Amino acid sequence: MEALKQELKEKIINILNLEDVQIEDVNDNDALFGDGLGLDSIDALELIVMMDKDYGIKLADPKEGKAIFQSIETMAKYISENRTK
Amino acid sequence: MADKYYITQHCSIEGSRISFNGAEFFIAPDTAFADFAKQAYRHAGIDYPKFFKMDNLSKLSFLAADLLLKDTVPDGGNNTALLFANAASSLDTDVKYNDSIIDKENYFPSPAVFVYTLPNICMGEISIKHKLYTENSFFVFEAFNPEFFANYAAILLDTNKAETVLCGWVEFFKDEYKAFVYEVAKEGSLEHTAKNIQTLYLS
Repeated sequence: MEALKQELKEKIINILNLEDVQIEDVNDNDALFGDGLGLDSIDALELIVMMDKDYGIKLADPKEGKAIFQSIETMAKYISENRTK
Repeated sequence: MADKYYITQHCSIEGSRISFNGAEFFIAPDTAFADFAKQAYRHAGIDYPKFFKMDNLSKLSFLAADLLLKDTVPDGGNNTALLFANAASSLDTDVKYNDSIIDKENYFPSPAVFVYTLPNICMGEISIKHKLYTENSFFVFEAFNPEFFANYAAILLDTNKAETVLCGWVEFFKDEYKAFVYEVAKEGSLEHTAKNIQTLYLS
């Protein structure tokens, strides 16, 4: 689980071009949207694509994303329970 | 045209070099655009993380426009219209997006790339940063067209659609790029004519 969290932090920083953010700046329970990392709606779509491409998880219902993408902790938990690759 | 208008400031970006009002502002010889843009952003003291999410055309346009607009009070109260054009449209990003969807076995279109597959998005980025709630138009021509800029900017000012106009020729394709962005106002010393526009564009 810790390795997955680390992997997610690296992926999010790279895929979303968070130029001024370092891995150590992102805490497991920090909010990804809003006051946390400040991600926006396009970033949310990129995360949905990443879930499909890298972990074989298709999010059919966008409403699911709100809970899943709350933090690195929630993402890692959902991925570890639902991944197909 | 009812009145005379004037070019008040101008910026060019080409070949890893930025000039502002004829003086060198930043240079990074033999640097690919990705690194050049990052270095120029730092050099200009810009603090706007969304810059790094933009496509090349928007980064190019944003850097040039920011030099001209940075001293404008960012309260949305200014009245600067945007008038931009180029020849390649958003082709640089269109090609990247196409590459990402060409393999049907590995089909993962990127939303973050897709949103830049229109050339006028670069004006949206400028407007968001500088809170410009003003007229904006993007045209695609075969080549730089100073007569068009002279006429269209004058119409915007004649009809009180704006107090100033930011005109820009912003071209980017496969790491070949040129931006020429300038401001037109009702007062100044260098008259906004096709000849003067062409001279500055070539300088």
